[in-house]
Amino acid sequence: MSRRAIERLAPWVTTIALLVLWEVAVVVFHIESFILPSPVESFAAMYKYRVALWSNALSTLSTTLTGFAVAVAIGAALGILVGCSRLAYKALYPVLVGFNSIPKAALVPILVIWFGVGPLPSVITAFVLSFFPIVVNVAAGFAAMEPELLDVLRSLGATRLDIVRKIGIPRSLPYFFASLKIAITLSFVGSVISEIVAGNDGIGHVMLVAGSSFNVPLVFAALLVVGVMGIGMYAIFAAAERRMTSWSVRGVDYAIGG
Amino acid sequence: MSFIAISGVDLIYGNQREGGNERGTLALADVSLAIERGAFVSIVGPSGCGKSTLLKLVAGLVAASRGEVRVAGAVVTRPLKIVGMAFQNASLLPWRSIAENVLLPLEIVEPYRSRFKQDRAKNRARVEELLGMVGLSGFAALLPWQLSGGMQQRAQLCRALIHEPEILLLDEPFAALDTFTREELWGALQTLYRNRRCTVILVTHELREAVYLSDTVHVMSARPGKVIATKAVDIARPRALDCTFRPDFVALVQELRHHIGMGKAS
Repeated sequence: MSRRAIERLAPWVTTIALLVLWEVAVVVFHIESFILPSPVESFAAMYKYRVALWSNALSTLSTTLTGFAVAVAIGAALGILVGCSRLAYKALYPVLVGFNSIPKAALVPILVIWFGVGPLPSVITAFVLSFFPIVVNVAAGFAAMEPELLDVLRSLGATRLDIVRKIGIPRSLPYFFASLKIAITLSFVGSVISEIVAGNDGIGHVMLVAGSSFNVPLVFAALLVVGVMGIGMYAIFAAAERRMTSWSVRGVDYAIGG
Repeated sequence: MSFIAISGVDLIYGNQREGGNERGTLALADVSLAIERGAFVSIVGPSGCGKSTLLKLVAGLVAASRGEVRVAGAVVTRPLKIVGMAFQNASLLPWRSIAENVLLPLEIVEPYRSRFKQDRAKNRARVEELLGMVGLSGFAALLPWQLSGGMQQRAQLCRALIHEPEILLLDEPFAALDTFTREELWGALQTLYRNRRCTVILVTHELREAVYLSDTVHVMSARPGKVIATKAVDIARPRALDCTFRPDFVALVQELRHHIGMGKAS
């Protein structure tokens, strides 16, 4: 088998191996299914409750993506601002760091007081959890601009906007995409936490209801659904990253000479 | 009056006005230089003597703490737009092809900027012509990392010249290259200079390079930098590498080396 084929199979092999290990552990140690259901039981629950899981998964996906989209827009804009203005950096960075240090789960009850139970607290939690890495990475991309290059552009009479457009944004694209992969998974964390604390639909709500009736296989089925959605979104942004920033990847595939 | 006139310039780096007293590092002390239009001038000196700073002064990227810099009679107070710059680090944009990198100044400097879309074909031709002069024909579509260090430097020289600047400022552009590549690039730079006839200021610590390429070589002392010697090079152009072995060439290099030694000691 070629090295490439092995690389392609590797993630599937580890996933299946993990599931097998889990299954074996449950059987060997006689673990009750209301403590830790086996993968088979979890998948059975997933099949049994497929209609409910599907509609709730869609609802979680839509709140997650809405929060994420807002995070991308605001995160990228703040990142550019902080990246190209020293004053903005000095003014905003401590606030951003402080804000990011707050445990976001603690915000959910407050959001519910403000906005009531429903999708809005989930969207906001997803946003709040995911926008920080975007800001930091985009700003880091701007900070990576070579000083000589700035001299070249400034000596040509380039405006600040020219520098942002011609160098800053392209230079920070790889950082931006790297942050999207982190941010999308954090968005799922945010929306599911919010649904668990105060939701009336969504995967988190399913987990809460299933947990309170000791339907643990369904809880795990729901967890698996979130995991799969996370992997799917990650894959989409990883593919977009490869397309948009192939210049920053000096892999063997791209090399044409020594 | 000379095309570029630097008169009595001091430059202090650091917080000049903190608490009212002058602190910071004195990089240049009472530097005066006159450079004629179309001349090729080199500035040599020990490292850290403020050579690069001098280039930034001429480009208008830093302001003199005392004295003034005039270009074409006007005092330089902000970045000049008639300048092309190249550095030791090729600093090409890794996401752009070589041709697109060379085109960059045309996207910024007027009058090219506003005509950039219409003049696409004309601009391409200019890029091809410049790349041809430095031996990079056929490399226009490649990305920078696909080229060797020497080839990247050639591309950088093209970028510095595409907008037909009147002044070319070179900050040790060949310092990171091996001797053979460097000598090849001397040839490339000489070709560009003979074709464009712009005014060139080359900062270098390689004395053979300075003598080989320049009409005049200025020697600077250790920090705070000032000009301690000026030597004219009377060798007819175009110069071939053979001339670097002629006794008068070698003698001139030795003399410059002696001046730099004196400058360090003082």
